[in-house]
Amino acid sequence: MSNKLNHSMSLASPDGYGITTTQKIAVALGSVGLFIMILAGVNIDFPNRSLYLTISLLSIVGGVILFSNQAYLTKQEGIQNDGVWFKSISSRGILGWITGIILTAFYIVLYFYPHYLGLTPDGQANTGVISLFDPLSYLLSGNPASQWFVYGTLYTVAILAFGYKFMLKYRHNKYQLLRTGSVMFFQLGFAFLIPEFMARLNGDGFNLPYYDLKNIWPLNYYNFDQYRINDFINSGTLGMALLIFGVASIFIITPILTYKYGKRWYCSWVCGCGGLAETAGDSFRHLSSKKVAAWNIERWLIHTVLVFSVIMTTGLVYSYLSKDASKYWLDADYFLIAVGLFLTLIFAGTMLFKRHELAKDAKYGAIGYAITILALLVLYASDTTDHVFYIKSGTLRSAYGVYIGSLFSGVIGTGFYPILGNRVWCRFGCPMAAILGFQQRLFSRFRITTNGGQCISCGNCSTYCEMGIDVRAYAQKGENIVRSSCVGCGICSAVCPRGVLKLENDSMNGRINSKDVLLGNDVNLMELMNNK
Amino acid sequence: MEHIVIIGNGISGVTAARHIRKLSDKKITIVSAETDHFFSRTALMYIYMGHMTYENTKPYEDWFWKKNKLELKRAYVQHIEHEKKELLFDNGDRLGYDKLILAVGSVPNKFGWPGQDLKGVQGLYSKQDLDLLERNAPNKDQCKRAVIVGGGLIGIELAEMLHTRGIPVTFLVREDSFWNGVLPNSDSALINKEIKDHHIDLRLSTNLKEIKSDKNGRVTSIVIEETEEEIECDLVGLTAGVRPNIDFLKDSGIELGRGIKVNRFLETNIEHIYAIGDCAEQHEAIGHRRPIEAVWYTGRMMGEVVAQTICGNRMKYNPGHWFNSAKFFTIEYQTYGWVNGEKSRPDYETHFHWKHPEKSIAITIAYHKQTNQFLGINTLGIRMKHIVFDQWLTEERDIDYVVHHLKTANFDPEFYATYEAQIQSSFQPVHA
Repeated sequence: MSNKLNHSMSLASPDGYGITTTQKIAVALGSVGLFIMILAGVNIDFPNRSLYLTISLLSIVGGVILFSNQAYLTKQEGIQNDGVWFKSISSRGILGWITGIILTAFYIVLYFYPHYLGLTPDGQANTGVISLFDPLSYLLSGNPASQWFVYGTLYTVAILAFGYKFMLKYRHNKYQLLRTGSVMFFQLGFAFLIPEFMARLNGDGFNLPYYDLKNIWPLNYYNFDQYRINDFINSGTLGMALLIFGVASIFIITPILTYKYGKRWYCSWVCGCGGLAETAGDSFRHLSSKKVAAWNIERWLIHTVLVFSVIMTTGLVYSYLSKDASKYWLDADYFLIAVGLFLTLIFAGTMLFKRHELAKDAKYGAIGYAITILALLVLYASDTTDHVFYIKSGTLRSAYGVYIGSLFSGVIGTGFYPILGNRVWCRFGCPMAAILGFQQRLFSRFRITTNGGQCISCGNCSTYCEMGIDVRAYAQKGENIVRSSCVGCGICSAVCPRGVLKLENDSMNGRINSKDVLLGNDVNLMELMNNK
Repeated sequence: MEHIVIIGNGISGVTAARHIRKLSDKKITIVSAETDHFFSRTALMYIYMGHMTYENTKPYEDWFWKKNKLELKRAYVQHIEHEKKELLFDNGDRLGYDKLILAVGSVPNKFGWPGQDLKGVQGLYSKQDLDLLERNAPNKDQCKRAVIVGGGLIGIELAEMLHTRGIPVTFLVREDSFWNGVLPNSDSALINKEIKDHHIDLRLSTNLKEIKSDKNGRVTSIVIEETEEEIECDLVGLTAGVRPNIDFLKDSGIELGRGIKVNRFLETNIEHIYAIGDCAEQHEAIGHRRPIEAVWYTGRMMGEVVAQTICGNRMKYNPGHWFNSAKFFTIEYQTYGWVNGEKSRPDYETHFHWKHPEKSIAITIAYHKQTNQFLGINTLGIRMKHIVFDQWLTEERDIDYVVHHLKTANFDPEFYATYEAQIQSSFQPVHA
């Protein structure tokens, strides 16, 4: 609902935040594009699918481009948040709710009822909207489309089209331009085109799994599933290289880059989930809750998901390592011990060197660690092959897939953009974000610095933080923002009217620096209050 | 337990309360007639522009006050009876205090213009003013034109606000260039351009003669002093500065000037009564600062200091180097040290000015003609580090040093174009 009291009594258009004629044409154009897909969905058989698919996708992209040009190029460069809280779409108004419900419904169909989209049993020709995408899929990979191909195409189109919109909106801000160019590149190249081309190579002697190289475990929770490992192992040097890359991504590449640049290198420059949130989801960033209560839920939830994903993956790998021991050089028990040792090393190191920074959170870290280790012990003691934790080994993995992979990250994470903000999954659920955040908080050169006494507590920074960080709470204390959840999108710095915030990579010393009295007051008072 | 009563829940009063709580267990009551909870006054404009909701402007969640045992009372103080150490509210209630902090802020200036109290004529300072603006100027159909009188920071903010709703604005500025009582001419000229680029009808060297109304007492037009031109409008924004909100203190026995007179310890003439923030007037100006400073951060600093005094560590208000910032439509402005406009510039002060050939980016560095000492800097469109300039001012660096170390002070976001090389090459060393 609009957050403004209207005294005008006008029901039609009380705010004067209508759209221009060109924008109406743009909306019509985009709607035509979507309508073609709906027609295909109800099995209208188009004579020339390639043509209609092209018209459909171009109409959608063209509509977004036309709309954005009108919205931003007619105005001067600068912050473009006028009327954000008055517009129905971006203030949980009727358009926001309708959009949220349609998105949610789409995700439910996509994950649980793909046959409604026209998916058919193996060997039969696709029908419905999936068949509309067949020509493009044949062109890229040589295979018929699947519901995931339809989804991947629409996802990429959304990031590209709304990425363009975002770039116009922030065309005065080079950080935003580069960052958005980066997520558009990684989505189009790494997530969409390369895996399709790789599928084309499949055949003689190897059968590589569909692999989006930038999609790292544990976000990519199925990366170490048995069928994938087998495909990697059986696909020669390239397959092994990909497997090694997959392991190195999380254990070597990620820690180095996060140390140097913070988790933003991934979350707001590379990641596909982040990419969609930053582009298509940008209009909803201010809807994230900044309450301390929400922060508490966030910390419990995201770390629970992390613990769950570690136990699930370990259990899964352990199960097939022991069941088919002859196929793999890695012994199941050694694997389990290695995981346990690795976690112990991290836990001990953190407690030894960073205990004072964690303060009371150390207790929760210890609980998480204890649960994980306990789970590993149970796994070891139960010593069965088909079953882990006395349930069928596949069950845990499918439970994770359904509840976390589909329901949380898809249905809630994206479907609820217009209601809960654009980073619900990233903030409350993503186990990858939890790992990167843990490192960012304790062992990274990244922080957001504040500028002496210039903060006027206006709250633009907090309002537009998609991760729900109360940035102002830090800025008005002259304290650097060092938060595990910060994805480094840089919007707080962009919307600050007084030049207070800056994203920086600098030395680890003095990163966390709360002050009671800010620069500008009596130096003796600052000394007295800040050096207690 | 000693009872500290603070009148005013703005940045000054709330900062004082927070710091007293940090330092003691005293009973603290904050009284406000404006709102139930503290909000950021500087963010009022963003509510009207749709960038934020009122909730977004509150720096602390509503549970904060109870958790920190800060009692809030929504009431209007009619009179202070300092002999009894009691406040009298307009509903007849009374509240006793042991120590009283006046942090009552400002009200918009009115200079006796005919028609200044008509319907549709208003200032912009309080939450009530914002609510009134929402009635007076909800959209461009009901407010076909607005006239703003007074070319200061609130005036230009009001112009920006109305502009976002497509309401045509005529902006009357007494000076011959926007805010040139404070800004040097070159900076001021850049802002004139920015105002006009936003299609604001900027009228320089123009004064208001009178405001006319219809038979219902609602504004219909204004008349310009110099030309007798009559401009039809539905809203008149009076933004010719603010003055301390002290009318209710007239017969209180508290010494008043333009504001509430205080010594360096922020104490009034009455024992146990203090005044901080916008409403406090120093007996003598501190350095080059004005006796009354209606600035966000000075209010906060006075709150920090008075808390010390009240908690037994009697301390002078001793602000450091002057700094400030603002945003003029899309142009961010920062200042550190003293850079004076034409009229108030001392003889010894001279300027080095650099402006980007096309963009609205500029810096002006003030320095001492004889000694070359760096006096201050204005930046438009470039962010600078407060801590670096504060240090350079303390160290009394000269202009050469500052120009050649500007990079150290840059606070622009990563990947932004930098202009230090151009600035340095356009700088003529004064002692060459």
